[in-house]
Amino acid sequence: MKWDEFFVTGEPMIYGAMASIVLASLAIVVGLTYFKKWGYLWREWLTTVDHKKIGIMYIIAALLMLFRGGMDGLLMRAQLAVPENGLLDAQHYNEIFTTHGLIMILFMAMPFVIGLMNVVVPLQIGARDVAFPRLNAVSFWLFFAGAMLLNISFVIGGSPDAGWTAYFPLASIELSPTVGNNYYSIALQIAGIGTLLTSVNFLVTILKMRAPGMKLMRMPMFTWSVLITNVIILFAFPVLTVSLALMMFDRMFGAQFFTMANGGMDMLWANLFWVWGHPEVYIVILPAFGIYSEIISTFSRKNLYGYKSMVYSMVVISLLSFLVWAHHFYTMGHGVTVNGFFSISTMAIAVPTGVKIFNWLFTLRKGKIEFTTPMLYSLAFIPIFTIGGVTGVMLAMASADYQYHNTMFLVAHFHYVLIPGTVFAVLAGFYYWFPKMFGFRLNDRQGKRAFWLIAVSFNVTFLPLFFLGLKGMTRRTYTYSAETGFGPLNMIASIGAIGLALGFVYLVYNIYWSFRYAKRDTTNDPWDARTLEWSIPSPVPEYNFALIPKVNGLDPFWESKKTGQPLTEGEYEEIHMPNNSGQPFILGMIFMAFGFCMVFSWWVPSIIFGIGIVIMLAVRSFERDHGRHISVKEIRETEQRLRGEQS
Amino acid sequence: MKLDNTLPLEYQSEENSNRILGFWLFLGAEIVLFSTLFAVYLTLWTRTGNGPDAKEIFELGPVLIETFVLLTSSFTCGLAIHSMRLGLKKPAMVFFSITLLLGLVFLGVEITEFVTYVNEGATLQTSAFLSSLFVLLGTHGLHVFMGLLWGGGLMLQIRREGFTLETSNKSFIFSLYWHFLDVVWIFIFSFVYLKGLM
Repeated sequence: MKWDEFFVTGEPMIYGAMASIVLASLAIVVGLTYFKKWGYLWREWLTTVDHKKIGIMYIIAALLMLFRGGMDGLLMRAQLAVPENGLLDAQHYNEIFTTHGLIMILFMAMPFVIGLMNVVVPLQIGARDVAFPRLNAVSFWLFFAGAMLLNISFVIGGSPDAGWTAYFPLASIELSPTVGNNYYSIALQIAGIGTLLTSVNFLVTILKMRAPGMKLMRMPMFTWSVLITNVIILFAFPVLTVSLALMMFDRMFGAQFFTMANGGMDMLWANLFWVWGHPEVYIVILPAFGIYSEIISTFSRKNLYGYKSMVYSMVVISLLSFLVWAHHFYTMGHGVTVNGFFSISTMAIAVPTGVKIFNWLFTLRKGKIEFTTPMLYSLAFIPIFTIGGVTGVMLAMASADYQYHNTMFLVAHFHYVLIPGTVFAVLAGFYYWFPKMFGFRLNDRQGKRAFWLIAVSFNVTFLPLFFLGLKGMTRRTYTYSAETGFGPLNMIASIGAIGLALGFVYLVYNIYWSFRYAKRDTTNDPWDARTLEWSIPSPVPEYNFALIPKVNGLDPFWESKKTGQPLTEGEYEEIHMPNNSGQPFILGMIFMAFGFCMVFSWWVPSIIFGIGIVIMLAVRSFERDHGRHISVKEIRETEQRLRGEQS
Repeated sequence: MKLDNTLPLEYQSEENSNRILGFWLFLGAEIVLFSTLFAVYLTLWTRTGNGPDAKEIFELGPVLIETFVLLTSSFTCGLAIHSMRLGLKKPAMVFFSITLLLGLVFLGVEITEFVTYVNEGATLQTSAFLSSLFVLLGTHGLHVFMGLLWGGGLMLQIRREGFTLETSNKSFIFSLYWHFLDVVWIFIFSFVYLKGLM
């Protein structure tokens, strides 16, 4: 293989990207060396098994990916801003919309959600840790390995270019001969294994490690949403595992699953992909519902309206999410009966979702509403998401879908669902739980400014796309002529995209400013909140709860504040904690090397790294690490220090 | 550490019972994985292109050997766990050895079978039917292979430490895995071989 086949060449933008990757890596290496932070990085972060730190790493990675994916989005909007634009060529455009979708869904939305879930869920259920702390670190490093693999693809070998759905035969080796779709199959596979392990981990955590008295029907709504989400992950991700493996066999070993000859069936890919892909939508949306439930109830100073119906509607949504996959390809030639079934099951999802919307509205009713930044995101979510939902029902009608399938209407619809649904939610959750992670609040005034910039620009960007779609502008076209009349609306959308980008930059400035200057919280409960995580010091000590709380009902912390009944009783005892370990990080790196060699079909190094993976598993199995104990004295000192008490 | 002595050793600590539940959930995911592979196979199994169809390549002889060997290995694996519960290290080791040995025989027969197919011109690349056949059987075979490595490592640990909280927990989980492979094989036997030969 020649160097110019290995590296992507020939475009100034790519050279710019290469240079910036090298410079950024150098800056990190030099910076860490100069400030002597290598040891700190290794001891405190790379080897950590603490669920809160793992959660923070997920969130940092997700924010980075937000900017990577956002850059793709900006480039697309730049290309489409005016007719006949020559900024990007068709191949580059294909790669960009593919990676935009992949990164935003799989390496931004999911890890952000998983990050919050890591930070919050054990705290909400009164647990000291997740069920399998070491496995949790493995999950993170596998996700990280997958994300890095996909990200280097655009300078080394070329990115996947067949859309994030990678439909066959477009994604086959004949029609997509670069290694791009090899990256797709392998990077997603590695990250997907990590996600599956996360789901096992959190299911066991939630089912078995709740504080005494916390029955299932007393769990906070966010924990409920995470429980249901993880059930979906457990049953959806193996389908992705199989699909990606079959894709790999087709592309790299000449198998005939999705070919056009020798019995292959390209529609099999579409079905398999969406059997995973549709539930995936709910994997990123249900936790968002959980986050909104927490925030709306906290800042309305009221119990969540219709707790039980919230839970049941999530269960119904999760079941229906597996029954609607074919609505993604009504026009690909299944008959009227099949389309009818999927049309009706799709529309049915609007019912439980509507129940939830009304529950949030009734929670707000007569509440003492406080307009904090997280609350603004939650309030903005309701109307914007409803537009997304209504257009979703429009798309759900199979017969009408023949008109607007594959147009910008669809693009507008799912951005209207996913951005207020997931992005607003994770940002709201980030602002809301930030003091629990770091011990101080993000500046609220700056947060609100960022919110308005993001919320308004979002509508300016995506509302025009509905009309462009109805006018017939198809998605994934990389340019259009002036006669189509698509120019002005596209220009408006592109201007909105700039505003959106500025909003996110301002949000990062907000984080930076607050780290430097914000006042440190001493209350541990800055929002006057309701659930258990606010009863312990912030930032949370590694053992979470010095004494395990006893739960007598919903919103135990709120009840305890109201009635004066203490949550905990008894004396401190020694706490058993797991040791840090470098193995998960090393395993992740070996996986990354393995995946990289597989992408280029370098079999010998692939086999060597594959054996390395097996060796790492064996090392773990033979190791006897019984963790360590935190002494009562240490607990007492930590608690006094964090609660600001004098000893 | 709180131990509940009314339970068998592998369940006694909280970590142990969490691990067992975690593994059951993981098996749930494995069921979906194999169901998907079966769905793919049943979609494609008549789509043979220019290649041979199931009837032409399947032979009952080796499949019966595989079935007999794997089912027996599941039985001996159960006997190993039974010995473990009775605190008998030596018989447990013997039964585990037999289990792994039978697994090895299974794998040997399966590989021979694959070689025969390939020699008859029925390769992964020939047709959609054969691609799905090889991937379904291969995934099961790979699981058996991983099970052999796992079981081998486990036996070294039992030899060194006897049945402790940790090794008994691992043995029990290994046995769940091994029985699961057996169940999957019964489905392969029925829906791949018997269906193909009929």
